[in-house]
Amino acid sequence: MLYLIEQCLNGIQLGMLLFLLAAGLTLIFGIMDLVNLAHGSLYMLGAYFAATFIALTDSFLIGLGLGLIATLVAGMVMEVIAIRPLYGRDHLDHVLGTFGLLIFFNELVRLIWGPEGRTISLPSEMLTAVQVLPGIYYPLYRLIIIGATLAVALLLYVLVMRTRIGMLIRAGASNREMVGALGVNIKLLYTLVFGLGAALAGFAGMIQAPISFVQIGMGENILILAFVVIIIGGIGSIRGAFVAAVIVGLIDTIGRAFLPDVVRMFLSYSAGSSLGPALSSMLIYTLMAAILVFRPEGLFPASSK
Amino acid sequence: MTAWLTPRNALVAGLLVMLALIPVYSAVTGNTFMMTLFTRIVILAIAAVSLNLIMGFGGMVSFGHAAYLGIGGYVVGILAKEGINSGFLQWPLALVLSGLFALGVGALSLRTRGVYFIMITLAFAQVVYYIANGLDRYGGDDGLTIQKRSEFIGFMDLSNRTFFYYLCLVLLLATVYLVWRMVNSRFGQVIQGARSNERRMRAIGFPTFRYKLTCFVIAGVLCGLSGVLLANHTNFISPALMHWTRSGDLIVMAVLGGMGSVFGPVIGAIALLVLEEALPHLIGFVTHVFTGKEIAAAKEYWQLILGPMMLLIVLYARGGIDSMLGRSGRG
Repeated sequence: MLYLIEQCLNGIQLGMLLFLLAAGLTLIFGIMDLVNLAHGSLYMLGAYFAATFIALTDSFLIGLGLGLIATLVAGMVMEVIAIRPLYGRDHLDHVLGTFGLLIFFNELVRLIWGPEGRTISLPSEMLTAVQVLPGIYYPLYRLIIIGATLAVALLLYVLVMRTRIGMLIRAGASNREMVGALGVNIKLLYTLVFGLGAALAGFAGMIQAPISFVQIGMGENILILAFVVIIIGGIGSIRGAFVAAVIVGLIDTIGRAFLPDVVRMFLSYSAGSSLGPALSSMLIYTLMAAILVFRPEGLFPASSK
Repeated sequence: MTAWLTPRNALVAGLLVMLALIPVYSAVTGNTFMMTLFTRIVILAIAAVSLNLIMGFGGMVSFGHAAYLGIGGYVVGILAKEGINSGFLQWPLALVLSGLFALGVGALSLRTRGVYFIMITLAFAQVVYYIANGLDRYGGDDGLTIQKRSEFIGFMDLSNRTFFYYLCLVLLLATVYLVWRMVNSRFGQVIQGARSNERRMRAIGFPTFRYKLTCFVIAGVLCGLSGVLLANHTNFISPALMHWTRSGDLIVMAVLGGMGSVFGPVIGAIALLVLEEALPHLIGFVTHVFTGKEIAAAKEYWQLILGPMMLLIVLYARGGIDSMLGRSGRG
């Protein structure tokens, strides 16, 4: 039981991480109609920037802040130089062009930071575990991740639903020509949205880094998961991305934790250890396939265009 | 009727002659590396041609095509590990399984379109990828060394490298011919019609879903063949065979060469894989010209050039190498 609660919290934490990536992807997809395979590169860049700035400033929080700004700028530069010509092209072009960018960024990171990875160590006050329920201790830092992401989600909601820029973003998603015709600088708007998406991805990369490892290609597998999230949630829907991210996070984590034991009931011990993780990954993709077949627009279709 | 001797036809003919002469070159100079490289190119060209059948002509952008490479390869690898080396058993089984997998994936995926199709094919490929990762008996994520190439006793001997190369080349040419025949048949016309306007094709009475599914399955089987050859070539299989970036590579080959033609992906496969080998040397040469000495470290970073190059091709050379040479008509 304790184990289950702990795994649920882990699942939610993974879900939060996926949400940060998926929110940016789904915004970019919903508004610019762009498939961005290089989104995972921004996740990676965020982590490397943070690692560098934390090492320079010797402060975890200042490092994160500077890293976030750097990722935002990197994202906007990338949009202006490489992404802008891709708007309005078909999806195959997006896939190819951003696949090229992904290769480029992996190599660029290797050139700048070298092939060996980095680690980010947490400040000691975040290393403790707190009692979440009587008898259940959970790492403080993971709770901070959950809390920070919820705050970001709330901010994003307010930004999109309650501010003028959010209004423009929503308007741009439903009819970009009209918004442009009304005198809104749509190019600038797109750059800002891309930068926002980049910052969200970078934030995800840097807050995950202390738990895992900063390395080249770290954004690739999680990017695919984020795509699954936005497909399940419905492309263009931030609310859908949130719900789907939590679902996918929970399935993945709980599957990894419990499926090996389930397999062991039927097969040998080692079969459980090897098949379990494979099965839980399959579960997610199978869920996505099922959703696509029965609800092709996802769980929360963004309002029709 | 246009003239036969167009730059494009000259290139195709030149490439074919070159491909045919690779083993001779290799034998004369003793350069076995060329042989290995080109065996790989020819095999992956089969996969790219098969992908182009559904992507270029059918408009079905599959981002999970490497899964069939994996299925073909793993059937050979798993059977070999279990002591079944007969190619008469391995090959048909691999092709049938590839086809069945394509049938299942296609039946579900073809209900969706656009980016959903891209993502669902990717998802199915990821499922196979994770299954392969979980197969501990067959190496898990480390992969599996195949002790013996497929045996066709009394028929042919794949362990002869020259023979194996020519076998792959013949199979590539057969694949190109098959796809060319299909594209120009009534079946192919329906597929291409469905790409440009599916609703209209349905309205005039073609069950487009069945046509597209058939096309999808044929492409899967052909790519499965490529996987079988690849496993025999490297004597090794691992989940990396079907990592999603491999599917991306196949798309790059098809687009780089030119999706509008049957032979285009062959050009693309040669171009991409030769480029991967040549770019490091090119960088070394350029640094030599500018600084007077070759900067060895710079050679490692050839992908810094390859990545933006792909973006530029997408932006400015959408028809691929093939259309740059003024291709006339489909062929």
